[in-house]
Amino acid sequence: MVQEKVGVYVCHCGSNIAGVVDVGDVARFAAEELKDRGVALARDYTFMCSVSGQDMIERDIRELGLTRVVVAACSPHLHEATFRGACARAGLNPYLSEMASIREHVAWVHRDPQAATAKAKAIVAGTVARVLRNEPLQAIEVPIDARTLVVGGGIAGIQAALEVAEAGYDVHLIEREPSLGGHMAQFDKTFPTLDCAACILTPKMAAAGAHPKIHLHTWSEVEKVEGQVGDYTVHVRRKPRYVDADVCTGCGICVEKCPVVVVDDTFEAGIGYRKAIYWPFAQAVPNLPVLDPATCTYFVGGKGGCRACEKFCPTVPNSIRFDQHEEPLTLRVGNIILATGFDLFDARRVAQYGYGRLANVFTSLELERMCSAAGPTGGKVVLRDGHTTPRSVGIVHCVGSRDRNYNRHCSAICCMQSLKTAHLIKERTGAEVYDFYIDMRSPGKEYDEFYQRVLDDGVHFIRGKVAEISDVPLDPGEEDGRLYVQVEDTLAGLRRRIPVDMVVLSAALEPRRDSAEVGRIFGIACSTRGWFIEKHAKLDPVATMTEGVFVAGCAQGPKDIPASVAQGAAAAARVLNHIRQGVLSLEPVRAGVLAERCSGCRLCNGLCPFNAIRFDAEHGVSEINAALCQGCGTCVAACPAGAIQGSGFSDAQLYAQIDGLLADLRRQPAEAT
Amino acid sequence: MTAPAFEPVIIGFTCNWCSYRAADLAGTARIEYPPNVRLIRVMCSGRVDPAFVLKALADGADGVLIAGCHPGECHYLEQNYKALRRHRLLLRTLAQLGIEAERVRLAWASAAEGARFAEEVRDMVALLRALGPLRWPARPIPAAHAQATTPTQAAVTEVTT
Amino acid sequence: MKPRFAMYWAASCGGCEIAVLNIDERVLALDAAFDIAFWPAAMDAKYRDVEALEDGAIWVTLFNGGIRTDENEHMAHLLRRKSRLLVAFGSCANEGCIPGLANLSTRADLLRAAYDGPGSEHPGPARPQTAWDAAEGTLTLPALQPVLRTLDQVVEVDYHVPGCPPESHQIAAVLDLLIAVARGESEAPPKGAVLGAGASTVCDECPRSRDVKRIRALARIQQLPPLDANLCLLEQGLMCAGPATRGGCDARCPRVGAPCIGCYGAAPDVLDQGARLMSAIASVVDADDAEHIDRVLDGLPDPAGTFYRFGLARSLLRAHRAALAAEE
Repeated sequence: MVQEKVGVYVCHCGSNIAGVVDVGDVARFAAEELKDRGVALARDYTFMCSVSGQDMIERDIRELGLTRVVVAACSPHLHEATFRGACARAGLNPYLSEMASIREHVAWVHRDPQAATAKAKAIVAGTVARVLRNEPLQAIEVPIDARTLVVGGGIAGIQAALEVAEAGYDVHLIEREPSLGGHMAQFDKTFPTLDCAACILTPKMAAAGAHPKIHLHTWSEVEKVEGQVGDYTVHVRRKPRYVDADVCTGCGICVEKCPVVVVDDTFEAGIGYRKAIYWPFAQAVPNLPVLDPATCTYFVGGKGGCRACEKFCPTVPNSIRFDQHEEPLTLRVGNIILATGFDLFDARRVAQYGYGRLANVFTSLELERMCSAAGPTGGKVVLRDGHTTPRSVGIVHCVGSRDRNYNRHCSAICCMQSLKTAHLIKERTGAEVYDFYIDMRSPGKEYDEFYQRVLDDGVHFIRGKVAEISDVPLDPGEEDGRLYVQVEDTLAGLRRRIPVDMVVLSAALEPRRDSAEVGRIFGIACSTRGWFIEKHAKLDPVATMTEGVFVAGCAQGPKDIPASVAQGAAAAARVLNHIRQGVLSLEPVRAGVLAERCSGCRLCNGLCPFNAIRFDAEHGVSEINAALCQGCGTCVAACPAGAIQGSGFSDAQLYAQIDGLLADLRRQPAEAT
Repeated sequence: MTAPAFEPVIIGFTCNWCSYRAADLAGTARIEYPPNVRLIRVMCSGRVDPAFVLKALADGADGVLIAGCHPGECHYLEQNYKALRRHRLLLRTLAQLGIEAERVRLAWASAAEGARFAEEVRDMVALLRALGPLRWPARPIPAAHAQATTPTQAAVTEVTT
Repeated sequence: MKPRFAMYWAASCGGCEIAVLNIDERVLALDAAFDIAFWPAAMDAKYRDVEALEDGAIWVTLFNGGIRTDENEHMAHLLRRKSRLLVAFGSCANEGCIPGLANLSTRADLLRAAYDGPGSEHPGPARPQTAWDAAEGTLTLPALQPVLRTLDQVVEVDYHVPGCPPESHQIAAVLDLLIAVARGESEAPPKGAVLGAGASTVCDECPRSRDVKRIRALARIQQLPPLDANLCLLEQGLMCAGPATRGGCDARCPRVGAPCIGCYGAAPDVLDQGARLMSAIASVVDADDAEHIDRVLDGLPDPAGTFYRFGLARSLLRAHRAALAAEE
């Protein structure tokens, strides 16, 4: 057997580590006391991650023939790749190196230099013991299918799809609703520039709808995803539209002739109407009506009667297809971008604000529709009666946000949205506007300037959380038929009761109600609150822990339009990066079965959420598909026969590390800790 | 009697995605906690074999901390539930060997919960200080396996008729 | 002169000796190949006869039983010195076996149970003494040690033959191999090798059909409806140690409807059989919250005794903390 030579490198990290840990002593300890455990040399150096630090390692590997390397420095999550790279350049298999975290786990969390140095030594001893058991590994290479799936046709998803398609690669864009557009399509103006949402979104939707590389699947949902990065098989359920997309010209006669009128609680947020066969909205992409069997006379009547749409449809053959059924669709893609958006907080939950009980309490989304020239009121801001212009309006921030009863998070957009609403109301009605906020958050580009503008508009800002909105007059002079906003004005130190005609609630952005289920389908993690978890909160905000699945837009957390667009583009860039690489190298941390040890007991068979374990009935052994295995090691720990081995985190490595970490307890009497 | 205060030694198994990063974050945020815990990174709390815990205790640790992602937030979707199941059973077995449940703790900490990680360590150290040392008596090292701190590599001769 | 053979029992039940005789007429081959120097179960011999031999004079000793008394330990050292090859034979010598379960109790508790319990005929509090002055002189008894140790925790061992007892066909094969080695007709297996056992676990030899496992409940055999003769016992709710127990026994117990209890010890390269079994079983408990998991585990009233029925003494922790404390 080869005599192993371990090199130990102790980093000062300037004074980050050296300020607490006696790095020289740690290096001396490694060189002297771990000599019989394979350490050939130990050095300490100011910045191991610097070019000269890496050079030092490379030189030692070449000149002294080191066979293993331990770098005691920061967390491996920062510099593991750096030092693996140094090893590889010097001809040493990169997996024969290990990092010992003595900065995050020692110097930055402990103050007593003696205890910190002792702990650093123990960690180094453990890492040296472990690295001796490391095996040289090769990265796993997977070819990347150049097709991409984008889930969600809101602005983030549209942007992502366009970026990938523009680069020349096929994109399947899936949307649950009958049209692209998402929440942005419902908005009237966008802050802070007040350009009309439809004006800037419609061209994007049209571009996505017409792009030869974008394959649009609206009114469809993903049911199941199999495979792994580079090679996903996606099972999609296409809901019946009852309109033949290949024939329909979008003339709209069917919608015109349909005699059924119902409340549109999707696009028009419940303040407008639509037919049983309807356009999702005027600029819908694809430009096709959709028939709602829950309200259509033909379907409601047990498939009899009416059929007016069919009778009047001018196309040959007829575009109305009452016989359409749900259809499965199977797609093969290499990468997935999830841009599934958010749900709006149900303002009824804050009972004291009276939404749903008090007619003139509105949600911000209702107000968006009201302000829209194409909306149910033709752009007029009016009370629930449909014609009275309010003389005074209250706008309440943080409804369902920053509130431990509902959501602790800040919804990020409500302050700006409220300012925009205040401005629009002022502009259209001339009403007195009272804006009730907890803190004003306007940190985006030109955002605070917009705040200033609304201040200049004469909007009254009252800092305080609204306690109650009531229609019951209390004080002398209060009259029936108005709303009273009870609030503590924390700047003036007063309790105030402000009469208004209308209240607009800036409702929170919440995760999609089915986000946990969607997370499971795509194999990505979702926080307990329901936002998808990005790989790194700062440095990797659009990747997820699952290679090949990316997130963009509000599915990852509340954000405004520019941020959603940026994330959509960023996710696309990450996908294009995969596609251009063609073949992706994955960490070779995988489980594998030693067939001769496997008894075929099948205990492991149900343990893998990625379905990587399969039973080979013919040979009576279980097998692991390395491409599906994500390397968690659960089956390794569960195999009763010890037949499953985990590369990169083997039993031998872990036992050795435990042994090394505790070696100091055996060297000295236990009481002298 | 002025014996030096007992300082327990804890081996902490932390998962690559949540709890190890929580420990990283505790560092980045300079959240101080006692230096009694020594961490081992595994990919997932589901990788933690009860034998690792037993070995740590047998080798002189006074306690073992297993920390994973919160239930429902496992990077590997549901493997931390396997850690939970094993922990429940391990505690029962350990009780029969005279080892208190406080010595083997299962905790959850997300990558954003550096403070929580530090608090778990503080809390566990305080409990173990009160409980006193475990100091499992040294194992007699089998002569044939003198250097085998890992499973024996000895070849197996299968003899059948 | 033929090479010498010895077989000795320490803390054991005698089953291993019977198992050797159970190889029937093939035992004659043993007699033909070896000069039987010492085998208390089969022929009369005195310790002093062994002590009188030169070191290394015995070619091979099959040592069964764990080390529980000073006498056991003395004989382990003596036979090690006198033997060229020392074989830990049977579960007790290898991993403690049933006598090793006494490691869950302190020595004082064991003596109390034996001498004060309902089964004791001795009136009043009394304990065996290691030395007693009688009219005939000082009478001695070997001292009971705090815990039972396996043979290789006391002396160096060359080979391991697992099983409680080892299966006869495996014993015959091991003896054939040893004879061949003694005659120079075969190469000696590498030191530390496990002889007379399989490379996988009991399930490998078990004919019962198996599927993906999810344990919803565990019960004892008498609490269950009549078992399906062809289906995995674990899947029928019966605790079976087969998945974590080294094969070689031809799955004799599960074949006839009795769950494997683990006598062949850990699978190759597995450090701690009980931990493995514990991990495997817990992993497939079909419950995700602590309370529900606990309800399922309530079906396993004695986990230490179940998982470490044979392997406690050689496990990582070896014994109850209180029993080990007396060892120091």
